[in-house]
Amino acid sequence: MATPELLIQNLPMQVVPPDWPGGYWWHWLFFTVILIAFVLTMVMGVIYIERRGLGRMQSRLGPNRTGPFGLLQAVADAVKVLLKENIVPDKADKLVHWLAPVVAFVPVLMIFAVIPFQNGALLADLNIGILYVVAISSVATVGVFMAGWGSSNKYSLLGAMRNVAAVVSYEMPLVLAVLGVVLIAGSLSMNQIVVAQDIPFILFQPLGFLIFFAAGCAEINRSPFDLMEADQELVAGFHTEYSGMKFAMFYLVEYAEAIAISAIITTLFLGGWRGPLLPPWLWFIVKVFIVFFFMVWTRATFPRVRIDQLMALAWKFLFPLALINLFVTAIQVLVWPDALPWIVIIINIAIMVILVVSWSKLFKLGWGRLNV
Amino acid sequence: MTVALSGKDLAGQLEEKFPGSVEETAPHSLVVKSNSLLAVAGYLKDTESLAFDYLNYITAVDYYSYFEVVYQLTSLKHNHSIIIKTRCYGRENPTAPSVIGLWRSADFQEREIYDLMGIKFEGHPNLKRLFLWEGFQGHPLRKDFIQ
Amino acid sequence: MTTTEMMTLKTEPFVLNFGPVHPSTHGVYRMRATLDGEVILDIEPVVGYLHRGIEKLSEERTYSGFIPLTDRLDYISPMSNNLGYCLAVEKLAGIKVPERAEYLRVIIAELQRLANHCIAVGSFLNDTGAYYTPFMYAFREREKIVDLFDMVCGQRLTYNYMRIGGVSQDIPDEFLPALKKLVEQMSRWVEEYDFLLMQNEILLARTKGVGILPRETAINCGISGPVARASGVNWDLRKNDPYSIYDRFEFDIPQGETGDCYDRYRVRVEEMRQSLRIIKQAMNDIPAGTVRADVPHLIRPPKGEAYAHLEAPKGELGYYLVSDNSIAPYRCHIRPTSLINLTALREMVKGWKVADLIAIFGSIDITMGEVDR
Repeated sequence: MATPELLIQNLPMQVVPPDWPGGYWWHWLFFTVILIAFVLTMVMGVIYIERRGLGRMQSRLGPNRTGPFGLLQAVADAVKVLLKENIVPDKADKLVHWLAPVVAFVPVLMIFAVIPFQNGALLADLNIGILYVVAISSVATVGVFMAGWGSSNKYSLLGAMRNVAAVVSYEMPLVLAVLGVVLIAGSLSMNQIVVAQDIPFILFQPLGFLIFFAAGCAEINRSPFDLMEADQELVAGFHTEYSGMKFAMFYLVEYAEAIAISAIITTLFLGGWRGPLLPPWLWFIVKVFIVFFFMVWTRATFPRVRIDQLMALAWKFLFPLALINLFVTAIQVLVWPDALPWIVIIINIAIMVILVVSWSKLFKLGWGRLNV
Repeated sequence: MTVALSGKDLAGQLEEKFPGSVEETAPHSLVVKSNSLLAVAGYLKDTESLAFDYLNYITAVDYYSYFEVVYQLTSLKHNHSIIIKTRCYGRENPTAPSVIGLWRSADFQEREIYDLMGIKFEGHPNLKRLFLWEGFQGHPLRKDFIQ
Repeated sequence: MTTTEMMTLKTEPFVLNFGPVHPSTHGVYRMRATLDGEVILDIEPVVGYLHRGIEKLSEERTYSGFIPLTDRLDYISPMSNNLGYCLAVEKLAGIKVPERAEYLRVIIAELQRLANHCIAVGSFLNDTGAYYTPFMYAFREREKIVDLFDMVCGQRLTYNYMRIGGVSQDIPDEFLPALKKLVEQMSRWVEEYDFLLMQNEILLARTKGVGILPRETAINCGISGPVARASGVNWDLRKNDPYSIYDRFEFDIPQGETGDCYDRYRVRVEEMRQSLRIIKQAMNDIPAGTVRADVPHLIRPPKGEAYAHLEAPKGELGYYLVSDNSIAPYRCHIRPTSLINLTALREMVKGWKVADLIAIFGSIDITMGEVDR
């Protein structure tokens, strides 16, 4: 692994800047439409995978009545939700209550602007791509907190507080895991990271992948970290008081964030749009679905963690491991840039196994009982 | 097999310690006066040879001239049991002492008896209605309760 | 760590109402919890939303006519309720039950215990957040047991199968082969279920050491059933006070050590294994004969009182009957297992968090039909 300049020049594949016929504004319009259509269609597909997948894993059929094989279930849900009455609680702060879904949804959509579908096919090839993604995804949390606060409901406030605490805690390991990839690729730009993956980075950074996956699941409130909207405890958490289209927005936000995290994982760790035979954008979609399927699998399998266990996991387990990962990667990049990839891969996997097994033995999960 | 102790033998023991407390005896139960119930119950719980540490249930029966509060006690160590009863006279304001200090399982059961039968238990820290809502008039399980 | 060390900001506790209609509480149960952030300071249970006055109704029904009402008490395991009532009346009237009926009763009661523990374990895991997956697997097995009950008495929920002096009708021919098949499948399934969940890291973190019920408190509060046995109380009515023909079968009583949620879960899984053992022994030895003693329809037991209890899946379920030689009971009191098991909830929950409250409450396994009667 060489220094950044050498890396980019020695690659067999070159980065293609987005340069579409018709100039910049047609390119922007085209991609905006494509992205919105992409997100909405992928959300429908993803909802279908989740419900059928969860159903089959729980030894029952998922929805199979609406449309062939139940493919139109998401459409049916959307239509139902649109037709519902829009109830706003009496004591709620009207403006905050109304703005919250918007503030939660727009940043998620903006993440897709820098995700490459093909070499050069992205809305804007920012050279600070991944930094932009991390920054924007934090704004969605403000929307969630506005929802919890503006509902004037104790359950919602409890859920929103939990959410803010969790998201802020999990940003640390998330960013550190990303930094490992950035060190190897030598650039913050998403397209260049994909181009630099002759061998997918999941092999070079197994620990980074696991940390990113766990922290990503926690950021988007998916099981086993879905205590923000724990059905069994808080009715529905921060979106208890929402109905109608606003609830649909939150529902959309949840799945759009899941697709966004899957897309980022694909780009950073799995090689993005690279692959033989099929067209690149199809590879990208296939990989996103595979990563999402893993998220569904963990949802069906694990119980939920408690809030103090969640925080303990972020600060005492993932954060130190991410630091160690960064340190080890930095040493490898600086001291051993010309090593054979396979040796580095084996060393990294060994380090990951040792660290995860030994750290989890040393680590106490949560506070336990307090004296009241 | 849980041995149901004989009322007569136990009555003999109790009469020695608390004279005048036992009203009647039956093959497997005995009736105790309500003002000596707490003392008798404490004795039954604390004596080593009896060691009645487990209260099976408390219930009340409405015989028209009196209410009878029935307690069944079991000893897990010696595996024997006994039924103790006490009577409350008067339909307006029957009272009985509460055994919550000895066996905490009396908590909800005494509230239930107060709710449905109207017997007040002295010494219970939270004697509110359990099943019926506050403001309900009457005590439904009594024989003379007419809707 | 005390709360004063934790709180550097000035905060004040607030009251949160886990209302009667709730996705997780097992029935219509209301708790008013005083919370300090996420930590529970106190809870106040409010029950009575399902009170139907069954004890008063018993005074207007005949002895046999009351059996369908007992189904509605603990509607998750109705066969045990029926059995308890019939045992009480038989004790009062001195009726002897034929051998075949005794064997059938034992088989049905143990099948009911299996079915109840399927729901108990499934909902407990559901409450810890394992998004309905173990719940669905447990219900799949319960379906098989309920199908057997359907074969025997034609009902799937309120069975009304036991009668005073025996059971209501004999088993059809296809029952025993189906039972054999079920026992094999369940044995394999209990092993698989246990293996999937026993060492799960998150489950251990959520349930080990959570909601500890000390042994002395359990005895003092009158707790019975798997909850008491998980706290180390060695008391099972099938062994310590055998009723029916339980003294002829060989089985163990699983016990826990600490009395936390994990122990309660493990005790229930072990009980499922022991129930399967009892069924295997019983189904080989069923004698031929009648299934019901010759008892008049309008039975008039002699004057007196009787208390009969049995080891229902949730604990000690008992019926106290007073009779005055008429066709209806003078007084029928039902010892409410679930209500008494709730006595210790306040103490178990203080100091834990909201998520633990739901998990601890689920691990006690109550049914509101029995609490409110």
